[in-house]
Amino acid sequence: MSLKKVSKDQPEKFELNQQSLEAAKKILSNYPKGKEKSAVMALLYIAQRQNNNWIPLSAIKYIAKFLNMPYIKVYEVATFYSMYNLSPVGNYHVQICTTTPCMIRGAYKIVDVCKKKISEKENVLSENGNCSWTEVECLGACINAPMMQINNDYYEDLDIKQSEKIIDEVLMGKKPKPGSYRGRINSEPENNRKTLLDLKNA
Amino acid sequence: MLKDEDRIFKNLYNDLGADLNSSKNRGDWTNTKDLCEKGREWIIDEIKKSELRGRGGAGFPTGLKWSFAPKEVGSRPHYLVINADESEPGTCKDRDILRFEPHKLLEGCLIAAYAINSHKCYIYLRGEYYNEGLELQKAIDEAYKDNLIGKNASGTGWDLDIYIHYGAGAYICGEETALLESIEGNKGQPRLKPPFPALVGLYGCPTIVNNVETISVVPTILRKGSKWFASLGKPKNTGTKIFCISGNVNKPCNVEEEMGIPLKDLIDTHAGGVVGGWENLQAVIPGGSSMPLLNKEISEKITMDFDSLVENKSGLGTAGIVVINKDQDIIKCFARIARFYKHESCGQCTPCREGSGWMWRILERMAKGEASREEVEMLFDVTKQIEGHTICAFGEGSAWPVQGLLRNFKKEIIKRNNFDPLIKSNKDIPYLVDQHLLEKDNAQNKS
Repeated sequence: MSLKKVSKDQPEKFELNQQSLEAAKKILSNYPKGKEKSAVMALLYIAQRQNNNWIPLSAIKYIAKFLNMPYIKVYEVATFYSMYNLSPVGNYHVQICTTTPCMIRGAYKIVDVCKKKISEKENVLSENGNCSWTEVECLGACINAPMMQINNDYYEDLDIKQSEKIIDEVLMGKKPKPGSYRGRINSEPENNRKTLLDLKNA
Repeated sequence: MLKDEDRIFKNLYNDLGADLNSSKNRGDWTNTKDLCEKGREWIIDEIKKSELRGRGGAGFPTGLKWSFAPKEVGSRPHYLVINADESEPGTCKDRDILRFEPHKLLEGCLIAAYAINSHKCYIYLRGEYYNEGLELQKAIDEAYKDNLIGKNASGTGWDLDIYIHYGAGAYICGEETALLESIEGNKGQPRLKPPFPALVGLYGCPTIVNNVETISVVPTILRKGSKWFASLGKPKNTGTKIFCISGNVNKPCNVEEEMGIPLKDLIDTHAGGVVGGWENLQAVIPGGSSMPLLNKEISEKITMDFDSLVENKSGLGTAGIVVINKDQDIIKCFARIARFYKHESCGQCTPCREGSGWMWRILERMAKGEASREEVEMLFDVTKQIEGHTICAFGEGSAWPVQGLLRNFKKEIIKRNNFDPLIKSNKDIPYLVDQHLLEKDNAQNKS
């Protein structure tokens, strides 16, 4: 179970804007009648996207009303799942996978880079308020370790120099190019392919 | 080595493109209608004969699972749910299927949904795979447009709607009943079984939950025949499997191989060998972090299939192979895995919620060499008290890796932590020592 801090500074009001409302209605139609509650996870995402990567309590209240659910049930979901941010994380949320497969390939060196460049502590905004970093559990890209996720994109096969470059760009508000940083194509064994060779050359 | 023509996932490295046209060129969606017209019985029978076992970790026979769904649809509709919540450390096979072979998955969904009488299919995708979700949605849209799914899907007369449901970073939602709870809009906490989801699942309706890889291989099995699939691999462990080889290897990769391939072949041929040579190998985790490690001697001759790994007190799990060489501190590696389980425990059952934290704290101290001799036994005792005392298999998943470590590396742990218990050394560390005993001790000294 993860411990989550709810931000002390809360906006008083939250409402889904037109674009978000349309997305919400589309999601609702995915589920059978009377089971609208199923959409709560997707709606929390929509609120998070609209509100600069984090969910204020007023949004939780809004969603509870929207889906006709008790407030506590929505709050429960928002605190249970680790991808809902209940306090501001900045425009760029840097998540570094440090579970064993990444750890043995040097993930903690990237953590050190983040400590140096972004902030000394996890979940603390950088000086310009543009980004924050956090250690997370396995992100499911173990063969591309070490790796990190910034917002929705994966940055794979990193080393210290490249992660420094990526963090610098992010701090300046630019989005670096996602993907492998060793020039590798997806998850194929680099220069060691023994399978499906006809297709590669085709 | 498996011949290329026997490989199911021809686009594993995205040489050919993942869109509908190139998928059709690879043979997807070519005769889906004919396959379905042979009837439900035939489909389930073929899958049973192929001896396909679930690829999500437990290895339950897929055909048997499908046959548990009620034959006739009663008052409650049936559901098909695809488990794409891949988050077992060391595993990243589903990600490549979702990115590069989405149409294999969708076609499998149609066939499976037809076989179990379901009109609705939910794909539970882990939240972190946002971009993979976009790719999958693109494939779903393409399939709808081409009338491959939707009303009268592929001309079979069967209606099927497929939806993606995003998770939000909870490992436990890979457990099938927790996954169903999560789709229903609750916290992902597993349910008691029985009743099994095949009878009482999503919204209380009959539900079949399958892994992405399991469903994706179904169309190819039906096309090439169950005999072909059963001829690969070993008896009871048939077919091909995507292995993910990560950790201290020279060329970490995903590769599709025959079941029962020797582990050493996988590491040496496909993954370019262990960093520092085979002699430098310390241990291998064969099936994602939940499975106990194998030491070097066993790794040398083990074959990768469900049964031979169980014989060696481990398991194939998801076939996420993590190679650990001698440059790594093995205790630290497992302390980190224990931290993973502490973080991901859903908190429903006390032995798991509390025990996973205990294991992590004891292992952290052991890695630093601050534990006492007796704590090695104590740690084993803790794992035994978690195992088998929880609602879902997470308890076993968190206890087994620690047991594997203790079985194989007990000497190393004791060497590093060869201390008397603190109480005996009379160290003045108030929060670690039983105050009551200290006071008694002091009283005796004074008198």
